[in-house]
Amino acid sequence: MRIPLSALVGIIMTGSFFLIALFAPLVAPYGLAEIVGDVWEPRSAEHWLGTDNIGRDLLSRMIYGGRTTIFIATAATALSFILGSILGLTAAVLGGWIDQAMSRGVDLIMAIPSLIFALVVLSVMPVTTFVLIVVMGLLDSTRVFRLSRAVAVDINVMDFVEAAKLRGEKLKWIIFREILPNALSPLVAELGLRFIFAVLFLSTLSFLGLGVQPPASDWGGMVKENKEGIVFGIGAALVPAAAISILAISVNLVADWVLNRTSDLKGGRGG
Amino acid sequence: MANNKDFLDIRNLKIEATVFPDGEPAQNLEIVGDVSLTLEKGKVLGLIGESGAGKSTIGLASMGYGRGTIRLSGQVFLNGRDILKGGVKGFRELRGKEVTYVSQSAAASFNPAKRLMEQIIEAGLEHGVGTKAELEKRAVRLFGELNLPDPENIGSRFPHQVSGGQLQRAMTVMALVPEPDLIIFDEPTTALDVTTQIDVLAAIKKAIRNTGVAALYITHDLAVVAQVSDEIMVLRAGAKIERNTAEAIITTPQEDYTKALVSVRSIEHEEKKPTDKPVLSARNISAAYGNKVQVLTDVTVEVHPGQTLAVVGESGSGKSTLARVVTGLLPPFQGEVLFGDKPLSRALEGRSKEDLRQLQMIYQMADTAMNPRQTVGTIIGRPLEFYFDIRGSEKRKKIIELLDEIELGVEFIDRYPAELSGGQKQRVCIARSLAAKPKLIICDEVTSALDPLVADGILKLLLRLQKSEDVAYLFITHDLATVKAIADSIAVMFQGKLVRYGPKSEVLAPPYDDYTDLLLSSVPEMKIGWLEEVLASRKMESAGN
Repeated sequence: MRIPLSALVGIIMTGSFFLIALFAPLVAPYGLAEIVGDVWEPRSAEHWLGTDNIGRDLLSRMIYGGRTTIFIATAATALSFILGSILGLTAAVLGGWIDQAMSRGVDLIMAIPSLIFALVVLSVMPVTTFVLIVVMGLLDSTRVFRLSRAVAVDINVMDFVEAAKLRGEKLKWIIFREILPNALSPLVAELGLRFIFAVLFLSTLSFLGLGVQPPASDWGGMVKENKEGIVFGIGAALVPAAAISILAISVNLVADWVLNRTSDLKGGRGG
Repeated sequence: MANNKDFLDIRNLKIEATVFPDGEPAQNLEIVGDVSLTLEKGKVLGLIGESGAGKSTIGLASMGYGRGTIRLSGQVFLNGRDILKGGVKGFRELRGKEVTYVSQSAAASFNPAKRLMEQIIEAGLEHGVGTKAELEKRAVRLFGELNLPDPENIGSRFPHQVSGGQLQRAMTVMALVPEPDLIIFDEPTTALDVTTQIDVLAAIKKAIRNTGVAALYITHDLAVVAQVSDEIMVLRAGAKIERNTAEAIITTPQEDYTKALVSVRSIEHEEKKPTDKPVLSARNISAAYGNKVQVLTDVTVEVHPGQTLAVVGESGSGKSTLARVVTGLLPPFQGEVLFGDKPLSRALEGRSKEDLRQLQMIYQMADTAMNPRQTVGTIIGRPLEFYFDIRGSEKRKKIIELLDEIELGVEFIDRYPAELSGGQKQRVCIARSLAAKPKLIICDEVTSALDPLVADGILKLLLRLQKSEDVAYLFITHDLATVKAIADSIAVMFQGKLVRYGPKSEVLAPPYDDYTDLLLSSVPEMKIGWLEEVLASRKMESAGN
């Protein structure tokens, strides 16, 4: 198996992000909310990235923030995929009024801009990590539903699915053994994209103050905390912003490669 | 330099492609190795071989075209100049003017959004062969010559407004309009029904004779190519096997492979007498898609244990719909299906696991009938597990037995469908249905997507299995040669109705009704001059006209 350079870069970068997130307490030089210096100190040997708006070590906060960002985004994506793909495949296989009801329901939710929807829900609900994950996961699952249903509708009319139905197979076998393995390629590619959207969405929410609440922080929240510094020529806000973009690009490089690899002629399905 | 007589002269043509196998470095794959051929003006050379023999590739190479990233080397002289040296500009001059092409699927080759005439004269206009009016006049004359209805106005129709056979003829007109020196016919009749094929064949033959154009005729059907070509070249795996006159190839073939091609479909099958207790009876079945389109009207057939009922008809005759009714996929609005003495539920949902087990199905396209993400072992093993609850090492043992039955080795157990050839795939599908130990197997055009020799092997296997397993077949096909080879009784269908039904010996004996006569006489025979004989003695026009 030959891994193209771009994918290799993507894998290494994504891997490092996840490893650092996982071992954040071991890697971070200082505590999350520990005030260790002056406001917006420049880079130094003690503080590699300087300090933030109230004198906390920026590198440490980046590491802890990354942990929060990646954890919430991963959990929300997992939720949206499990929910969205199972419902989408079921709708495709069952068809008829069940499919109609589910699809129209999803259309209804998708008709409302998801950021506004999330802002409304989060301003009513207590903003905890759990609520954030559920709200983001549910909103995103509508997109996954649409994709998996579209893919599965095509597969559902193939002769091998008909053969399974003629054999008398139950819905569970048809969805998980006949259709899902053939729908996996576009779904995995979408997984990468959805993860990135989740990161961006969470950052947006935090930037607007309805995401992760202080003193805990994620990258979006850190941009918000440090944004005033930009006026004075202090680049602290740019560091988390750059981290978001780099993570997005790395995950995309991997997703692209997965899509190319699995949609080959060996029964794979393009896009 | 080619002499004047051989105006197409292919020398040492080699065609290669680069393949990228999974997990291995890129490899060079030789598709055609060192083929030479010559063709005189006004002659027709038939290129014949199985899929993968390189016949289409050679055909396309004679207009300097290679699909995908194919590399051509060697020399192709046309009218005395090496076209492979011409570059893109040379190709553009050549294609659509000196050489034209008729593809297998006219339906997929016409632009559905444009009228026929516009597309037919496009190449001629592009090359400045004539003015719009001249070319249109020429096309109208050719429409008439090729027996298309209403030649004056048919050009203003859209592709979907004419039948498949007419479209194929329109494509032939398209190829003829620029008055080329060479036409490449790439399986022009393969996708058509036999009764339509015969009209298209006659039209092509007439067109070639009247215009004096030279042609390469590519097909896998020896009987068809024998009707239109002067000479035949047999190809196998990218190499020339034999070249001779059409007559010599079919009467006195020299090479073993050619002999096998000529003698294909020589299976003999002794007809069995019907029993009192049919395994399946479909009584007075009428069925429709939606509420409007009625496709079956009052069809009654019976299948007897251990015997084969062949259902024959053209596309649209309702034969596959009959299979869907029997399997329960399409509940009929009238009539009933009995399995033994027991009525089967009309819809699939109402049938018990035991009902389903006894009635299995094999599909036309083995490619799509198997899940590409499951191994052969999983595919064959699932019915064992599902119906008989056989698991673990016993299941593996049974799978190996089944593989043995279908003449495949144990090494196939871990392969994926993509790693099998067309014939092997169909064998695995047969094993999957056998694993359920059914009393009846519905075979829906199981051999029509296969090469003749491979199809022959499948039919022999089916006959052998019928003897050893005592299974009955409901065999749906449009191919009468297959029917003659394996059926015990025959049902001929036309426009959703049963037109003739009974034991094979009665159905295939005169006097015939008009439709059966048309169907029987349209099956190409390996005989020079067959086409003219048939056209002279026909009683009924084919449906495609």
